[in-house]
Amino acid sequence: MTDLNKYNYVLQHADNCLILGQRLGEWCGHGPILEQDIAMTNISLDLIGQARMWYQYAAEIQGEGKSEDDIAYLRDAWGYRNALLVEQPNGDFAKTIFRQFLYDTYSCFFYEALMSSSDEHLAAIAAKSHKEALYHIKWSGDWVIRLGDGIEESHNRMKTAIEELWSYAGELTKPNETEAKALEEGYGVDLMALKEKRDAKIKEVLNEATLEFPESTYAHEGGKDGRHSEHLGYILADLQFLQRTYPGLEW
Amino acid sequence: MTIDKDHILELLQNVTDPEIPVISVMDLGIVRDVIVEGDALEIVITPTYSGCPAMMEIEKEINNALKKDGITSFKITTVLSPAWTTEWMTDEGKRKLKEYGIAPPNPTNPEDIECPQCGSKNTQLVSEFGSTACKSLFKCNDCLEPFDYFKCH
Repeated sequence: MTDLNKYNYVLQHADNCLILGQRLGEWCGHGPILEQDIAMTNISLDLIGQARMWYQYAAEIQGEGKSEDDIAYLRDAWGYRNALLVEQPNGDFAKTIFRQFLYDTYSCFFYEALMSSSDEHLAAIAAKSHKEALYHIKWSGDWVIRLGDGIEESHNRMKTAIEELWSYAGELTKPNETEAKALEEGYGVDLMALKEKRDAKIKEVLNEATLEFPESTYAHEGGKDGRHSEHLGYILADLQFLQRTYPGLEW
Repeated sequence: MTIDKDHILELLQNVTDPEIPVISVMDLGIVRDVIVEGDALEIVITPTYSGCPAMMEIEKEINNALKKDGITSFKITTVLSPAWTTEWMTDEGKRKLKEYGIAPPNPTNPEDIECPQCGSKNTQLVSEFGSTACKSLFKCNDCLEPFDYFKCH
């Protein structure tokens, strides 16, 4: 492999997309109403499409003749580099919405910045994904407002969702070694600058939703370096079952 | 054998989107380039949405259309950049969409969506997300019919 750091950087983002896409896919057939069931599976589809672009590039950087599927289906949990946020369970609709909102506020600004990456391939993935991310944040942001500024029950559920998930927001914008090096080498994104924009957006939406912006800065971390919560193993057991049981199986 | 580019373009006019069978890959703006160099042929395509499941099918259909015409040596390349936009959709494509019952993208005024059934502009968004990645769901307040709107992208 010529560039291990770039490979790991690409994997972080590929894994974020795939795991969140898989989580949203769990809602298929279980959404609170049909339109929202379709919304969540549509977003899931976009994310899995984005994951494919990332994995294809990861395979190219790796240069061992592996396919996108090999990378997605044949790594164990410690090889996964997604942030802890995206592997958190769906919970109720409010929790899924807030998890999505935290990811979308990050990914919108992330892709916006990555469009100026010195690596043309990364810039192309970013331009493609950014358009989709804008659509997603409109949906999740609208729902945060609708539930927060809704009835007492929906407001309380949003409040609980924020309490449960806020400690996973910090990891997204705190650079690990891979991201620091990527920034240094000109192809990565400056997460400090991103955090400012992201927090401003979260504040704006929470304010409209009559919800408080949490003061705590405590952040669970480790996912981006392969240290995960117990949830990821179960997700992978589901996701990888076919390839593990029938190696090489194709549609 | 030399390849006639116009002939290739004509063949591609007949390759349609499997999910919206009235509109061709040319109308959609998916085909970015047809490069003919001597007897080498390359078709450059770009995905609409990154997760669009129709893309693989579309590639297969382009493949079939060329082979059926006796063209065996060619290459189909997928590019990501520049990212696809509904602005590449032809006017002919928009007309066909409307005829088929899907409101075409309206980039000048995305709030102003015309019902493809009765032509009324008194319409409302039901859901941002519809039956495929490229569409959202609308309802006409006059004729009361629900309809798909091809989103601006």
